[in-house]
Amino acid sequence: MTFFFEVLIGGLLSGVLYALVALGFVLIFKASGVFNFAQGAMVFFAALTFVGFTEVLPGWTGLAEGGRAVFWLAFLLALGSMIVLGIATEKVVLRPLVNQPAITLFMATIGLTFLVEGIAQGIWGTSVRGLDLGIQDEPIMWVLDRADMIVSKFDVFAAAVALVLFIVLALLFQYTRVGRALRAVADDHQAALSVGIPLKHIWAIVWGVAGFVALVAGLIWGARNGVQFALTFTALKALPVLILGGFTSVPGAILGGLIIGASEKLAEVYVGPFVGGGIESWFPYILALLFLLVRPEGLFGEKHIDRV
Amino acid sequence: MFYREAGQFKASYQEDQQIFPIRQDRIGFWVAMAFLFLAVPMIANQYWLQAILTPVLIFSLAALGLNILTGYAGQLSLGSAAFMAVGAFGTYNFMLRIDGMPFLVALVLGGLCAAAVGILFGLPSLRIKGFYLAVATLAAQFFIVWVLVKFGWFSNYSTSGVITAQQVEIFGFAFDTPLLKYLLTLVIVCVFALFAKNMVRSATGRKWMAVRDMDVAAEVIGIRLMGTKLQAFAISSFYCGVAGALYAYMYLGTVEPEGFNLDLSFRILFMIIIGGVGSILGSFIGAAFIVLLPVFLNVVMHTSIGAFVPPNIAANLELIIFGGLIVFFLIVEPHGLARLWQLAKEKLRIWPFPH
Repeated sequence: MTFFFEVLIGGLLSGVLYALVALGFVLIFKASGVFNFAQGAMVFFAALTFVGFTEVLPGWTGLAEGGRAVFWLAFLLALGSMIVLGIATEKVVLRPLVNQPAITLFMATIGLTFLVEGIAQGIWGTSVRGLDLGIQDEPIMWVLDRADMIVSKFDVFAAAVALVLFIVLALLFQYTRVGRALRAVADDHQAALSVGIPLKHIWAIVWGVAGFVALVAGLIWGARNGVQFALTFTALKALPVLILGGFTSVPGAILGGLIIGASEKLAEVYVGPFVGGGIESWFPYILALLFLLVRPEGLFGEKHIDRV
Repeated sequence: MFYREAGQFKASYQEDQQIFPIRQDRIGFWVAMAFLFLAVPMIANQYWLQAILTPVLIFSLAALGLNILTGYAGQLSLGSAAFMAVGAFGTYNFMLRIDGMPFLVALVLGGLCAAAVGILFGLPSLRIKGFYLAVATLAAQFFIVWVLVKFGWFSNYSTSGVITAQQVEIFGFAFDTPLLKYLLTLVIVCVFALFAKNMVRSATGRKWMAVRDMDVAAEVIGIRLMGTKLQAFAISSFYCGVAGALYAYMYLGTVEPEGFNLDLSFRILFMIIIGGVGSILGSFIGAAFIVLLPVFLNVVMHTSIGAFVPPNIAANLELIIFGGLIVFFLIVEPHGLARLWQLAKEKLRIWPFPH
């Protein structure tokens, strides 16, 4: 039983990371109706930029290597790069494609994925980098003593960061002027425009926020698995999460992430041995697919009504 | 002046319904055919036949398949490589397990396997559409590759699922040189392209396009959505499956399931975006473009211009150029290179007196 809970908790915690990536998708989809396939590439870009800056900053500024100042400066610079990237994407790629079918926009973001990956690796190189956030990936002794379970310190830290991020975003959306505008735009572009909400600014803000979320996700994923090209695949794992939770719902992204994370780990451990293992690679998709047959709009998605 | 249909009257239904109603197009078509069948074998060397022309034809077939599904029936698929894998492994197994199996029959049977799998993964399209469907086809992509790797039966228990294509013989005649392989591929691709062209300009294709443009409206005017969508999935997967089998038998010779990865699916998607979504000709142009671009870049990188490009950029230049081109085409010419060709023809009709 302890083992079951261990797997479950491990799964839930990795689910938090999926949720983090999925959140970036949801933000952009809600506000601009664009399904941003490049979110994974943005996560990769963010992590790589951060690591790149931590490497070059000591040389430029004379700050101590691995110090706190370098960390925050690199964080700010990476954040700045992400915001610039987001806004540039919005302006260069998506603005000219306004009023095109959603599928066209989707394919454009696939192109963008390659572009961003190429640029990131072109600037910072292709080698795998380690990323140290100062939290070790080791079991928490307290839990190990009391419940005889292995729960990684790092996973708990990641979950806490994600939780803080979710709360901050929820507050931002709920109680600020910008948040209200964002929700209005998400609800109905035309109505929002007609009451005087500057759509273009809002889109720029959303892409900026999505860049920020990508940076946080990139740091945590990068610290866990190393900053490498495989980071871009996190986006692929986030897709079933979105399907499960619904494309337009932030709580859906979180819950979907938890379900996918937990179920894929449990399936790998309990079902995997019977079919030869490695089912983690496709299980979330099949789960999401089966789920779609029952509820095509996801857990919290908006019910879509077709009109001729 | 030279490209004008004035004076060409259609005196029978047959003439009215032909694929190329304008004489100049017909001449152009036969010249192109003559070039591909007669001139190319005479002038092309081994490298061109093996490494460029054959893959271009095979990818054209795969792009054709995806174009039927995405361009005509409007169902976005990110799993075309997986259907190619089904075709390749299906053909391999038919050849392996049945004695004296003719290659062409095995090819068609392999395609039918892919079609069956395509229908299976197309089933969700009845309930979901758009991005949701794209993700559903991702399920096909990962699941099929996993099955082919995990279950040794499909690859006759070779290590990591690698299969080696058997010798191809048709009526006792062995197709073993690059030239013969090229010609066989060319014939097969031509036949399939003809079928595709006729499908999309007949009732079948019109149904697909109606579903693409608005499925609810299509349903209202009496098109059975289920049949039409599944038909598109089946035919598209069949094309991809045959392309996959050719990929294994005519091009690489040795393939592994991991070779049919998501990257290949994306490449095929890029082919139809750049070539032209919803265009038969576009599938060919797009495939040629995507296959030739890396070759071209490689050549450029190794000449004097390449010296100015820093090596770390050069390695990623292909990614950047691919991505940039996709975005560029979607913005500037969403209908791809095929549309440019069409515009050029329009211009030619009134040239040199545009007013």
